[in-house]
Amino acid sequence: MKVRFWGVRGSIASPGPRTVRYGGNTTCIEVRTDDNTLIVLDGGTGIFQLSQTLFKEMPLTSHIFISHTHWDHIQGLPFFIPIFVPGNTVRVHGAYDIVSSAGIEQVMNVQLQYSYFPVREAELKARIEYETLTVGEPYAVGDATVTSVMLNHPVINLGYRVDCNGKSVFFTGDHEPYSNIYDPADAEYADYQRIIDEKEQSVVDAIRGVDVLIADSSYTLAEYPAKRGWGHGTFDSSIALGRKAGAKRVVCTHHEPTRYDDDLERVFAEALERNPRGEGDPEVLLAREGLEIEL
Amino acid sequence: MSTLTIEVQRKLGVAVERMPAFPQSVQKILDLTRDINCLPKDLVAVIEKDPVMTMKILKVINSAFYSLPNKITAVSQSVVYLGLNTVKNLALSIAAVGMLPRFNTSGFDIQGYLLHSLSTASVARQLSSVYAKGQVDPSDAYIAGLLHDFGKAVFAQFMAPEFAKALAISADNGIPLHQAETEVIGADHTVVGSMLATKWQFPEHLVACIRDHHSLDAQPSPLMDCVRMGNQISRKLAFGQSGNAWRDDEPITAPERFGTSYDAVVAALGDLEKIVSDAQMFAQV
Repeated sequence: MKVRFWGVRGSIASPGPRTVRYGGNTTCIEVRTDDNTLIVLDGGTGIFQLSQTLFKEMPLTSHIFISHTHWDHIQGLPFFIPIFVPGNTVRVHGAYDIVSSAGIEQVMNVQLQYSYFPVREAELKARIEYETLTVGEPYAVGDATVTSVMLNHPVINLGYRVDCNGKSVFFTGDHEPYSNIYDPADAEYADYQRIIDEKEQSVVDAIRGVDVLIADSSYTLAEYPAKRGWGHGTFDSSIALGRKAGAKRVVCTHHEPTRYDDDLERVFAEALERNPRGEGDPEVLLAREGLEIEL
Repeated sequence: MSTLTIEVQRKLGVAVERMPAFPQSVQKILDLTRDINCLPKDLVAVIEKDPVMTMKILKVINSAFYSLPNKITAVSQSVVYLGLNTVKNLALSIAAVGMLPRFNTSGFDIQGYLLHSLSTASVARQLSSVYAKGQVDPSDAYIAGLLHDFGKAVFAQFMAPEFAKALAISADNGIPLHQAETEVIGADHTVVGSMLATKWQFPEHLVACIRDHHSLDAQPSPLMDCVRMGNQISRKLAFGQSGNAWRDDEPITAPERFGTSYDAVVAALGDLEKIVSDAQMFAQV
């Protein structure tokens, strides 16, 4: 299995000389299974560059898994070239949205509206299929299995675990560690904490033993208090999650759009210093466009 | 439970799906959520006090798509799983569906009903912690109390003429409201309430409380005991209006766990004033 990063930025694409080393595209990760099945985790702007590399494989079937439908994770989808080429199949997977009572099929049709995009969904040439996932149910994709787990973000967000012939990768999408909404003095505090602990344990179990954990590490510890509830993790929370779950590697991603390369390296180094690697702890890396990990 | 015709079943089903939220909680949610930094626990507290909203939120969180290991029975639990923002937006969208009219043509006192539901919920919770300690989760008792009469709100809104007739028959002839409902509509509020709860995949113990709280021959459970007793106390002390006023000749049916003295049970509830004022605050009567 092979993992390649095409977009590592959160919120909004941020090109320019100061993000050139890590890249300015929003979230998109390519996973190639052992039999070369194409799995795409999220359709941020990075998916456009990925699609440029696919011509020689057409006609092909792409299996796209959307963690959640915030713009930075979907806005590249209308520019995923295979959707315009007859003979291709694009299967889009994602969560059911309970607020709009709609499945993942809405991810395309909300974007392909006359006022916002020149091509209507009906005019796409590829075969587009939508699969609204049942959370936790394993889906066979080529020679791999993809399993989803609900994580913590302001909109329903699924983390995905891809297992292929004994190797595995987990991608959180956007995720903030759970925290208690009650004060310790409140009567409800203990009950709520129990639910959180259970939920947290189920997340750790879902990630258990992965070779690569790709985790939302938007903030530094110092920034976090002002961003509580925004649905993102810190470098430290990602490292902690990887250690708890016994991951072999943790890749920190979803970089802040204003975090320029030098700053990114500096805050990352500080996080590593705060969390020195002990025996059995995962190796921790920074995600960058073009980073490729072979499993 | 009586057998329902297909037509009655269909009508009830359509009616309950269209159930809107109560205006006060809707207003509170709108007020709270105008502030992006509103405290999550404040929002949870408001939603928890609204039976319709609570039911709808639990319905979606328990939907098959999320295949949670255990049924979620509390709003705060759903915040952990869905996230606060989703629960907030869900509440807002439920609110936007419409509001229960202040005056409905059945003559049913919606405010009184809400007060009755809230008081029964509080009393049942209190009873569970004294008389069913370790057997009943107090928040289950609260939710079961809150929702036990849910079917009445459906009748009031969507089968108003028939419900008005049932209310009148019950009052004029001194017979229990659920009997009058069955006479007029062909089903009582426990049927419509439990139909909805089943369809929405509520946990069985909650469905059973809604369905069987008037069926004395139904399988007893500690939770049901607390809800029944809570319902009787709330009616006898006239906390709110259930549409089924306490009748002078009505016996108190107390399961064994409550002993033989009704007065002792009421005394065990402690400060009744607080139960009423809490309920009133949320019902804003």
